[in-house]
Amino acid sequence: MQSEQKDIQLITAGETGLVVEFGQEISPKINASVHQFSQALRKSMPDGIVELVPTYCAVTIYYDPLILSRERLMEFVWIRVKEMEFFAKKETKKNVVHIPVCYGGVLGPDIEYVAKYTGLSVQEIIYRHTEKPYQVYMLGFTPGFPYLGDVQESLFVPRQKKPRLRVPVGSVGIGGGQTGFYPSESPGEWWLIGRTPVRAFDPAIQNPFLLTAGDFVQFFPVDMDMYFSIRREVLAHTYVCQCEEVSIR
Amino acid sequence: MITVLKAEPFTSIQDQGRFGYQAWGLPVSGAMDRYACTAANFLVGNEKEQAVVEMTGSGGSFKFDQKTFVSICGADMQARIDERKIETWSSFFVPAGGVLHFGKALKGYRTYLAVQGGIDVPLVMGSRSTYTRAALGGFEGRCLLPGDVLYMGKPTGRKDAQMISREALPLYEEAISLRVLRAMPTAVFGKTIATDFFAEKYTIAEDSDRVSYVLNGPEISLSEQTDIISMAVPQGAIQITSSGRPSIVASDHGTIRGFGRIGYVIQADLPKLAQASPGTRLSFTEITETDAVAIWREQRETLIALV
Repeated sequence: MQSEQKDIQLITAGETGLVVEFGQEISPKINASVHQFSQALRKSMPDGIVELVPTYCAVTIYYDPLILSRERLMEFVWIRVKEMEFFAKKETKKNVVHIPVCYGGVLGPDIEYVAKYTGLSVQEIIYRHTEKPYQVYMLGFTPGFPYLGDVQESLFVPRQKKPRLRVPVGSVGIGGGQTGFYPSESPGEWWLIGRTPVRAFDPAIQNPFLLTAGDFVQFFPVDMDMYFSIRREVLAHTYVCQCEEVSIR
Repeated sequence: MITVLKAEPFTSIQDQGRFGYQAWGLPVSGAMDRYACTAANFLVGNEKEQAVVEMTGSGGSFKFDQKTFVSICGADMQARIDERKIETWSSFFVPAGGVLHFGKALKGYRTYLAVQGGIDVPLVMGSRSTYTRAALGGFEGRCLLPGDVLYMGKPTGRKDAQMISREALPLYEEAISLRVLRAMPTAVFGKTIATDFFAEKYTIAEDSDRVSYVLNGPEISLSEQTDIISMAVPQGAIQITSSGRPSIVASDHGTIRGFGRIGYVIQADLPKLAQASPGTRLSFTEITETDAVAIWREQRETLIALV
């Protein structure tokens, strides 16, 4: 497995950061290695590691150099990388989170535009947007905001030239080959095709984040009545998104 | 109980920060100057982690309903109790009914007010820091306003009123030099751009805030594509936006970013940067990692000596 290890680079990011880089492009495969590595690392971490931040192609390890020297941290990282390559042959489990979306209408005001641009019917857009789960490459921009991978080509629309200054919470957007939804009100350049009643970030509950980087998101369509019914449950903290573990080789 | 009589913009409750959630996109937040924040806590016998009031540029007025042991560290904001002048970097008692007034920062930019027992606001995700962009933590997730009432926690330690030792007292100057660890090649520009940057002088721009320190000065001419694939960005990272303007990541900055990086201001110099008011002149020098760690160790030992 020498060849695989060669692709991995350790880069310093100040005296408290070490970047473990698995490649230089945005791809599901490289990102899967990122999450496999950070999950393995999270299971047992030496004292001095403060936190891990997995992103598209890299895991940044923040640490306290007065507790853990860079040399020792790097040794530890290489050991984990070797173990990971050993286990890579085995099956891994992926967590798929099912997220309800009310498409079109007032909650998805741009769906008609997307239909016109792509030449697809609204029904066809909904079908294609919910056809398969999206990999959560990373979380950021705002707390709990998922960067999702790989929207199928037929759904491509360029981003809006002028960003909306305030995108409503829960809006599901599409643009520039990407899709996702907004956990908090923020500016946004995507075309809004629907809205989810679930909250991706709720600091008032035990597990404030709905998603973890490395999960998969499966959108499914709900009608307006169902949207408001789920929304009431979400506000009462009684709604739980369906999650399933799927084996992926 | 402390009643806020007056609060200048960006007066907020902060502590050492909210760690462990950057993987979910939540910034660390926390005191911009961790040195002054920690010193303020130690001077009143608190733990390092306790919450304090952070004031920016100029301070407010606080009325204490009972005799309270407090300390002030950071910028000199001309503190006084009623008419009596109070030294910065000291701990002292405010009498029952006393009002602690702060004015404009004369030297430095951020002042920390600590009370014995710490400011008692709820722990949110492990921290009392305010992150206003998500209306999270601190006092109702926002900056302090006149009329707000703060409570104090139970004292955990005892201390006598004192001035900080001369060795522990930082100097705030109008021109500062920041030591930088250069970013490694994959995350940076070609050598010439970084060299240009180290040769230039910058000033802190007015629009700097808790998200980033924006720098005024020569824009770096970008002859090449400098954006990188977005990855985690720590406090102190010096980024160049696509327009060529440099800025430095601060406490409330987003957790990931795709701007190219020149380097990282060393941990030990982040407090100095936090005390640089708009207009302060900045220059940057390279340092080795071994030295950066040694300097940081020294700084932390200086603080521990205050306990």
